[in-house]
Amino acid sequence: MDAKLQHSGNEADKTLTGKQKAMQLLGKMDLRAYTMIAALLGIWVFFSFMNEFFLSPRNLSNLFLQMSVTSILAIGMLLVIVAGHIDLSVGSIVGLTGGIAAILQVWYDWNTLPVILVTLFVGVLIGLIQGWWVAYQAVPAFIVTLGGMMMFRGVLMGISKGSTIAPLEDTFKLIGSGYIPYLMGWGLAVVAIVVIAVSQWKQRQTRKKYGFALSPLYADVIKILFYAVLIGIFVSLMNSYKGIPFPIILVLVLAILFTFIAKKTRMGRHIYAIGGNTEAARLSGINVRWRTMTVFVFSSLLASITGIVLTARVNAATIGAGTMYELDAIAACVIGGTSLMGGSGTIVGAVIGALVMASLDNGMSIMNMENFWQFIVKGGVLILAVWFDMYSRRKKTA
Amino acid sequence: MRYALEMKGITKEFPGVKALDNVQLNVKKGEIHALCGENGAGKSTLIKILSGLYPSGSYEGECLIHGKPQSFSSIRDAETAGIAIIYQELALVSEMTVAENIVLGAEPSRKGVIDWDQVTHDVQRWLAEVGLKNINPQEKIRNLGVGQQQLVEIAKALSKKAEILLLDEPTASLTDSEVEILMGILQELRKRGVTCLYISHKLNEVFRIADTITVLRDGQTVSTRPTSQMTEDQVIAQMVGRELTDRFPKSKRSPGEVLLSVQDYSVYEPGTKSKKVDRISFEIRKGEILGIAGLMGAGRTELVTSLFGGYPGKSDGEVWMDGKNIRIQSPKDAIRLGIALVTENRKETGLILGMDIRQNLSLAHLDRLHRGGVLQENEEVSLAEQYSQELRVKAPSLETVVGTLSGGNQQKVVIGKWLMTQPRLLILDEPTRGIDVGAKYEIYQIMNRLAEKGISIVMVSSELPEILGMSDRILVMHEGRFTAELSHEEATQENIMYAATGGQ
Ligand SMILES: Nc1ncnc2c1ncn2[C@@H]1O[C@H](COP(=O)(O)OP(=O)(O)OP(=O)(O)O)[C@@H](O)[C@H]1O
Ligand SMILES: [Mg+2]
Repeated sequence: MDAKLQHSGNEADKTLTGKQKAMQLLGKMDLRAYTMIAALLGIWVFFSFMNEFFLSPRNLSNLFLQMSVTSILAIGMLLVIVAGHIDLSVGSIVGLTGGIAAILQVWYDWNTLPVILVTLFVGVLIGLIQGWWVAYQAVPAFIVTLGGMMMFRGVLMGISKGSTIAPLEDTFKLIGSGYIPYLMGWGLAVVAIVVIAVSQWKQRQTRKKYGFALSPLYADVIKILFYAVLIGIFVSLMNSYKGIPFPIILVLVLAILFTFIAKKTRMGRHIYAIGGNTEAARLSGINVRWRTMTVFVFSSLLASITGIVLTARVNAATIGAGTMYELDAIAACVIGGTSLMGGSGTIVGAVIGALVMASLDNGMSIMNMENFWQFIVKGGVLILAVWFDMYSRRKKTA
Repeated sequence: MRYALEMKGITKEFPGVKALDNVQLNVKKGEIHALCGENGAGKSTLIKILSGLYPSGSYEGECLIHGKPQSFSSIRDAETAGIAIIYQELALVSEMTVAENIVLGAEPSRKGVIDWDQVTHDVQRWLAEVGLKNINPQEKIRNLGVGQQQLVEIAKALSKKAEILLLDEPTASLTDSEVEILMGILQELRKRGVTCLYISHKLNEVFRIADTITVLRDGQTVSTRPTSQMTEDQVIAQMVGRELTDRFPKSKRSPGEVLLSVQDYSVYEPGTKSKKVDRISFEIRKGEILGIAGLMGAGRTELVTSLFGGYPGKSDGEVWMDGKNIRIQSPKDAIRLGIALVTENRKETGLILGMDIRQNLSLAHLDRLHRGGVLQENEEVSLAEQYSQELRVKAPSLETVVGTLSGGNQQKVVIGKWLMTQPRLLILDEPTRGIDVGAKYEIYQIMNRLAEKGISIVMVSSELPEILGMSDRILVMHEGRFTAELSHEEATQENIMYAATGGQ
C-alpha cells in the first residue's frame, strides 16, 4: 500500500499550496493570541484618544493593579471551565477570606505571615468541601457554587458583624500596594527575555527532532523580539511611575506556574481530557473525581490569594468585597477563547481577557462615564468577543 | 436524462490534506450505487458535499442533479433538491422521542402549532416501513439500541420523500436481522425509483445489493463498473492497491497457562437488581484469542466493561489473575494489572475528539510517562510516533486533531492508545467496526502478533466471519449467559447463531 505515513512535516509540506502553508504558519503563531492583543491595543488607542491621561504611566500602573485581581481569579476559573464545570462562588470566597485575614490581623493582632497561611488554608478547605460535593456527590457545580456564593457571603456578614475592618499592618499592605525597585525590575526583565529565548530554542529543537512542521527561523526571532520589546516597554513604563506593582509579579508567577501545570504535567493533561470527554477519560484510567476536586481546590485557593491581595490594596475588608467578581472572571476566560463546553482554553488567553475587562473599566471611569454605561459596554464586548471567535472558527473549518 | 446524479472534477482540501482530488461520479436514476474505499479515501467527504454540509464554494467542481447544476449552501438546500443523508455517525437527539426526531425540522404544523396527531400517524407508517412496528413513537431515542436508532434514522430519511438517498455505512452497527430489514428496504426503494448511494466496508452486502460500484482511493476515482463485472477480490485490490489473498492472516500459536479466570460473575444494571450478566464463568490462557459472539444486547459489553472496572453497575463473583484473587474497582486498577479495553464506541468512550493524535495515544499511559507529575514529552512523542506508524494512522502529523480523522483512522488511534499500555490482556469490543478490509487485516495481524508474544486477547464481535476467522475458542452469549463454548474447529456460522438466539 502506498498510503505512506505523512508524519514528517517536510513531506506534508510538499503537498501544500502556498495559501495553506501561510495558514498553517499563522496557526502556529497562535493567531488567536495576536488578535486578542490587537483588540486590546485597539481599546487602548481608543481610550488614549478620548483622554490623554489614559496612557500615562500612573494610570497604566493603576490599570495593571486593577487587572491583577480579575486575572488571579480567571486563572482558577479557567481550570474549572476546562474541566467542564463552573465556579460561581469565587467572588464570595474573595470577600470571606479577605475578611478572615483582616479579622485575624486587626482584631486579634496576628502577624502577617500566619494570617496569610491561615487564609490560604481556609481557601483550600472551602475548595475541598465544594469539590467533594461536585466530584463525589455529583451535585452540579453550578448549584454547589451558587449555594457556596450565598453561604460564604453570609458567613462573612456574620463574622464581621457587618462592619468594615481596617487598617492592616504595613507588611500586609505591601502585598497589594508594594512596588519592585527599578533596578530589580530591569533585572527581572532580562531574566524573562532570556528564559523566553531559551525555551523557544529548545522547543524548536524538539520539533525538529520529531519532524514536526517548523515555522521559519525568522518567525521565531521576530517572536522573541516582539516579546522583548513588549517587556521592555512595560518595565520602562512602570519604572517611570513607581516601579512594577507587586501584584503584577504575583499574577505573572501564577500565570506561568499554572500554564506549566496545564501544559506540561500529567494533572493538566488529565484536566483537559476530563473536560474534552469525561467518559473516555474515566475509561483511560484517569481518576476523574479526584482531579475534579483538585480543580475546585485550585480555584478556591486562588480566590483566597485574591482576597489577600484585595484586602491589602484597599487596606480594609468590607462585607461587599468581591461581589460579582466571579462574573468578571468568567467573562475574562470566555473573552480569552475558553469554551464553556470544557476541554479547551489557555491561561494566557484568560489573563489577556482580564486585561481587556480591566481596560474597559479603567478607560470608561477616567472618561467619567457613568457606572451604568460600564456594565452595558462590558456586556456587549463579552458577546461580541464570543461571536467573533465562533465566526472565525466556522470560517476555518468550512 | 440518464444520470440522477453527476459529480464532476470535485476537489476538496482541508488544511494539510487533499481529501478529494478531481473525483468523477455518475449515478444512474433508480440504481443502488456503492462507494467503496479505504479509511480516509474521502467517501464521507464526498457525500457531505452532496448533502450541502460543505457548502458550494468550499470545494472545486460541479454537482448536477437530474442534469441540472446545483449549488447547495446548506443541508436544507440539498433536502429541497430531494437528497436525504444518513450519516456515518448517528445524528439523533437522544433526549427526544422517536416521533420528535423523525419530524425534527419538518414538523407538520398549523400556524406554527405542531399537529401531533398527524405526526404520530405518519411516524407509525414510516416506522412500519423500516420494520420497527413494535416501537412506540413516544419512546425516547436513548432507550433504543444502536441498530434500532439507525433504522429510525432511515425512517427519518424516508419521511423526507427523498429521491436520492445517501447512506454512509448504515450497517456498521446493525445486527444481521436488522441488516436484512435494511436490504429489503433498499430493494423496495429501488423499485420505487429512488436512487441510493451506499457506502460500506462490508463487501458481501455491497455485492448483494449494489448495481454499480465506484472505488475511491486516496481521494481519486479508481473505477466505476457494474457489479456483475467485478469480484470482491478485484474491489479489494483496487481499494488497497495490491492483492489481498487471505481475509484472515494465519498464525501458529499454542495457548499457554491460564492468565485470567472468572467465576460466577454477575453484573447488575446500575441502581437495580436486574442482571445484565448472570453467573458467568470462563477462563483465558496466555497467548489465546477468545471470541465472544452474540447478538446486540446479550450483555457482552457489560461483561467486559465490568471486568475492566468501568461499568457503573455493581458486580459479584470472583476473578483470578495468575492464580491470585483480584478485585478491580476502576479502570486504573485494571490498567495497572495489565488489562486494556478498546471500547465499542470510539466517539463516546474512546477518544477525546478535540485533542490531537499524540495526546489521545498517550492518554492511558500517562502514569508511566511522567517524572514527579511532569510529562516526559520526548518519550511521549516517540511512543506516539511508534504506535501511529505501527497502526498506519493516516494523518498529516501527530498534531492533527482526532476529530478530523476518518472513522477508520480514529479507530486505529483508539487501538494504539491501548497497545501503548503494553497490556497482558487486551479486550477488544467490536474492534473493526467501520474499518476497511486492508486495515482490518492489519489489525488481525497485530492481534496475531500479540497472541504469539503470549498476550491474551478477548474479542467481542458481532461479525461472525471475524469471530470464526480469528478466535481459538468461541463463547456465545445470550441474555447474559453463555450458551455455547466452541473450539475453532467446531464453530460454524450455524451453531453460533443457534446458540446466540438462545438454543442450548
Ligand atoms: N474536517 C476535516 N478537517 C481536516 N481533515 C479532514 C476533515 N474531514 C475529513 N478530513 C480528512 O479527509 C480525508 C478523507 O476523510 P473521509 O472522512 O471522507 O474518509 P472516509 O473515506 O469516509 O473514511 P472512513 O471509511 O474511515 O469513514 C481523511 O484523510 C480525513 O482525515
Ligand atoms: Mg467515512
